[in-house]
Amino acid sequence: MSEVRRTRAEKAKDKKSAFGTDVDLLKYQLLSDDKTDPLNLEGLTKEDRGKIIQSGVDLDEQDRAATFLQTDHRIVHCAVKQPGLEVLPMAQALEEHSWLEDLYWQAVPVDADKYTAQAELHFQNGYFIRALKGQRVTTPIQACLYMKHNNTAQNVHNVIIAEEGSELNIITGCATAPSLQSGIHIGISEFYVKRGAKLTFTMIHDWAEEVMVRPRSGIVVEEDGLFLSNYVSLKPVRSLQMYPTTRLIGPGAVARFHSILLAPPGCELDTGARVVLEASNTRAEIISRTITTGGVIKARGHLIGLKPNVKAHLECHGLILANEGIIHAIPELEGHRSGAEMSHEAAVGKIAEEEIEYLMARGLSEEEATATIVRGFLNVQIEGLPPELQAKVDRAIQESEKSML
Amino acid sequence: MLEINDLWVDIKGKEVLKGVNLTIPSGETHILFGKNGSGKSSLLMTIMGFRRYKVRQGRISFKGVDITKLPIHERAKMGIGMAFQRPPSIRGVKTRDVFNVCNINSVSCDDLADKFNFSGLLERELNVGFSGGEMKKSELLQLLLQDPELVMLDEPESGVDLENLQILGRAINKLLEKYLWRKRAKSGLVISHLGFILNYIEADSGYVLLDGRIHCRGNPRELFKGIQRHGYRECIECQR
Repeated sequence: MSEVRRTRAEKAKDKKSAFGTDVDLLKYQLLSDDKTDPLNLEGLTKEDRGKIIQSGVDLDEQDRAATFLQTDHRIVHCAVKQPGLEVLPMAQALEEHSWLEDLYWQAVPVDADKYTAQAELHFQNGYFIRALKGQRVTTPIQACLYMKHNNTAQNVHNVIIAEEGSELNIITGCATAPSLQSGIHIGISEFYVKRGAKLTFTMIHDWAEEVMVRPRSGIVVEEDGLFLSNYVSLKPVRSLQMYPTTRLIGPGAVARFHSILLAPPGCELDTGARVVLEASNTRAEIISRTITTGGVIKARGHLIGLKPNVKAHLECHGLILANEGIIHAIPELEGHRSGAEMSHEAAVGKIAEEEIEYLMARGLSEEEATATIVRGFLNVQIEGLPPELQAKVDRAIQESEKSML
Repeated sequence: MLEINDLWVDIKGKEVLKGVNLTIPSGETHILFGKNGSGKSSLLMTIMGFRRYKVRQGRISFKGVDITKLPIHERAKMGIGMAFQRPPSIRGVKTRDVFNVCNINSVSCDDLADKFNFSGLLERELNVGFSGGEMKKSELLQLLLQDPELVMLDEPESGVDLENLQILGRAINKLLEKYLWRKRAKSGLVISHLGFILNYIEADSGYVLLDGRIHCRGNPRELFKGIQRHGYRECIECQR
């Protein structure tokens, strides 16, 4: 099976992605083969610790069910504190669980584009997280993929499984070392939400100005399963392109995507979510709040209703806070059966003068009024998100407020 | 308290106020009547300092200071407050947060909301999905917290049901210190389209504004009776 996969990947290694700027992968060095000493948390420099903590990871591992930390291609730390939960480096998981082969590359095609191909041909680990049947792991699990070496590629493959009736809350922070300027991060993530399971995935990105980011995710949700995704990118990055596909394959399955994006000058963000409602009574919601202070944002969304009695809503709201910068909202609705209830709402523009002046009449200066409105605009309360993770998102927004105004 | 001399105002090149003169002494409440589009709201918005309203000529003084060129928030800080006829909805901004901005005397927003049957709306986004009456109430409560010396109300009674009209009347009386018989310091400029407001506030003087000009001055109740009987045509002819 792995031979077939490799052949498919080989054939796709020059295949351009349908979206986003094409990246010349040959420009980046591929790190491999550890002959150096094993890494551990104690060996992290002060600067690295600072960046990792900033991306939402608690290095003291207080109130965390598990921690996974990978730097470039090497595992630094992988520890589980709660029974009923498995967290392993991907390579080890593939060795230990022969059944994993049946799921591997099933939610994301290995030959989707040159990035998926590279992740297969130059595999550099990643994480495997699994909540066993009926286990409710409400304490967050933290994972961090950290890039340290300049001009390198990081190619990881993650698989997350919430077995039947289980619950998982994952927070992942992806970040780069302060000294790193350029690099590419390719992250394959496959999510399997089994019957009646609930999976919350919160991702906070903190890259560097010349970093290219190409996550490739696929999500499969079974009957009565729930997948919640919360994505935050408020720091500069050269180019980020992702368009994960979710399949709601069992009746009553639900997926919700919320994203908060900021594009400073020189930054290109092409992101969105696609949800295929394949079973009856499935529901989906895609909500994005985007702000440009000079960068380019493409906010995509595609809802495909294949069965009657499905309900889906798409909302792209964008604020342009600078004279330069583009926000391009591309919402798509595709209904295949009568009885599918699908809607979208998109609005792009600057802050309404009327709103600023109204708050000024209450005594706020123009800057204070603008900040209040921007804060409100980004204030997306996510249903079902644990308060602690919501606090992390809120903090990330607060910290970047200054750079917006 | 407020003095307006020969005020000419444009919006996008269209004249909306054409030489308005108006004086409101301290402690008095004046009422503005007039048809839709006659310039009543434009006058209030200009006094508040909204940028769309360009002052071409004339002067606005408040407490003896020329405020014609001051930005909105500085006028608010000097003691001018306004309840909007159609306030904007601001997504994501909680009503409580706006109340806190207004709250210069650090009173309890919860107690105030409780008194005026508004508690359920504090955590909602400002004006998002509010009924007409709820918006008016929100405006008046914000003003109560702001505690301005010059209270400007733009049609506070429109869209409000009878039951809530009494509650709003109570709020307006409190705003204008109508319970004080002596040494009342608050002044008011109130726009009314329907005149119901006269039952709730003791107005000292009334005007009819037509086509950007003040046509009539006098006792507000008499003025309103005249308008009810003859419409605004009489005012155009009367030139009092």
